[in-house]
Amino acid sequence: MIFRRPFFWIIGLVMLVFAVAPLLGNDVQLRESLLLAAVYIILASNLNIMLGYTGYVNFGCIVFFGLGGYFCVYLMGTLGWGLAIAAIAGGFAVSFLAFLFGLGILRLRGAYFALATIGVNEGVQAFVSNFDPWGGSTGIYLSTELFQPLGGPARALWVIYYLLVAVMGISLYLSYFIKVSKFGLGLLAIGQNEDAAAVLGVPTPRYKALAYCASAFLPAVAGGLYFFKGAFIQPTDAFDLQFSTEAIVIAMLGGQGTVFGPALGAYLYEELRGWLLTSETFSNFQLVIAGALLLVIVLFAPGGLMGWLYGRWPRLRKILE
Amino acid sequence: MSAVLAVERLSKRFGGLMAVNQLSFTVEEHEILGLIGPNGAGKSTVFNLVNGVFPPSQGTVHFRGADITGMQPFRVARAGLARTHQIVQPLTEMTVLENCIVGACFGRENLPLGKARATAREAAVFVGLEQRLDTPAGQLTIAGKKRLELARALAAEPTLLLLDEVLAGLNPTEVTHMIGVIRRIRERGITILMIEHLMHAIMSLSDRIVVLNSGQLLATGTPQEVANDPAVIEAYLGDPKLAEQLQGDG
Repeated sequence: MIFRRPFFWIIGLVMLVFAVAPLLGNDVQLRESLLLAAVYIILASNLNIMLGYTGYVNFGCIVFFGLGGYFCVYLMGTLGWGLAIAAIAGGFAVSFLAFLFGLGILRLRGAYFALATIGVNEGVQAFVSNFDPWGGSTGIYLSTELFQPLGGPARALWVIYYLLVAVMGISLYLSYFIKVSKFGLGLLAIGQNEDAAAVLGVPTPRYKALAYCASAFLPAVAGGLYFFKGAFIQPTDAFDLQFSTEAIVIAMLGGQGTVFGPALGAYLYEELRGWLLTSETFSNFQLVIAGALLLVIVLFAPGGLMGWLYGRWPRLRKILE
Repeated sequence: MSAVLAVERLSKRFGGLMAVNQLSFTVEEHEILGLIGPNGAGKSTVFNLVNGVFPPSQGTVHFRGADITGMQPFRVARAGLARTHQIVQPLTEMTVLENCIVGACFGRENLPLGKARATAREAAVFVGLEQRLDTPAGQLTIAGKKRLELARALAAEPTLLLLDEVLAGLNPTEVTHMIGVIRRIRERGITILMIEHLMHAIMSLSDRIVVLNSGQLLATGTPQEVANDPAVIEAYLGDPKLAEQLQGDG
């Protein structure tokens, strides 16, 4: 049933391109660029579950990524866990924390919710900066020996890349399955008009909490992989609000509420970012451009690229979700 | 006959205003009960108290024998009590059919998506929206949105339906059509509690009428009895035309 839908295979195709492209010519630079694109896709498509489906702007989604990184690095460095187990355990731990945060902040709506999510991020950063088992403000360094089980540093980078591509694929499938499910219908109803949804019988508190927890899991796993790759994590890197803002720009650029939009937006944004960073005139200018881009999207194309594409070719709706 | 809905000594205070004051009434199975009263009498507040949009300050609400006082709206909906809004609340970017699917999915039957689609389509066709199934709800006319409110509530397959001024803002042809729809809903065995300002409609549809004034029960009885009740006529005297109309129709 679900296999017959073209979009199911389009996600597979995207993963295949990510998997094969850097192999041709053993292109490490392309791999690094795609790795960052994959991380952006993971962040943006999970953010989209809250932002696009449920209509709640999560400005602090990077807190999941950072906390996931901390759990994973700590479990590996101090307790000697393997990478996969540590990253997944981090995902569960962060989802549980998201549930606890959600109990407090999911009662808020609109701008108040957005502000509260920034508060959560800043609060967690302040806590971690003073939490000695996690190295306080200096953070945690991992020994490079931890790369040995993955076949040495050079090979480990490839392994991490493929794991991130897998998490990216799971993110897109998760977004997709939520969208076509009854749960997703409830979230979309909440996004349109929360009070009307409740009167129609949508269990709004439970659905919002589930969406918030679900949107925390995969970014946390990705954070674990990402910070293991650098063998180093510190609070200012882990909870950098810039990443959050970029995730919002990406989701809006691609088209919030669509499954494919965040992926498209992430790829284009990463290309643009790479170009800006290496360009002589625009170097260090990248965030200004991101801000301007967000402004232009919100003002002139609230549906993002997907909205524009749908408007031009309405039939596309049946192929790209 | 047993009471589907029993409201007892219900009160709601908004600051210094007693919006509903010690109100008691029952809705019997399979009947259409009309709830009327001058503007600001507290009719919509009663609906909001019954379906849990806000909790009452005092009093109880029983639905089919179970206490639902202060229960959250989505639990009340799941129990089988659906409502429409006086100010229409469409899920604007979803299509008419999708709006109804939400109703069917999360209503009394708690249907899975596949079955909900069939029920939703049936409800939309029932109210006369068969030409508009794929139209985004935001693009409907007011009459269309009123029908959508009704279709969405019906798709939930409720035991009790609360209708909040579904006829307001419709032209005479649309009113006639809607009255027919409401009659047919009752024939399906659904009990109806309705608020309506259109006197000829409520007088001809209702089995019994409850009259509210300043949040208090003013009168109750058949349309005939209520229309001839001096207290009711007095309450409406601020609007003599309406009082006249009330008597003329009764």
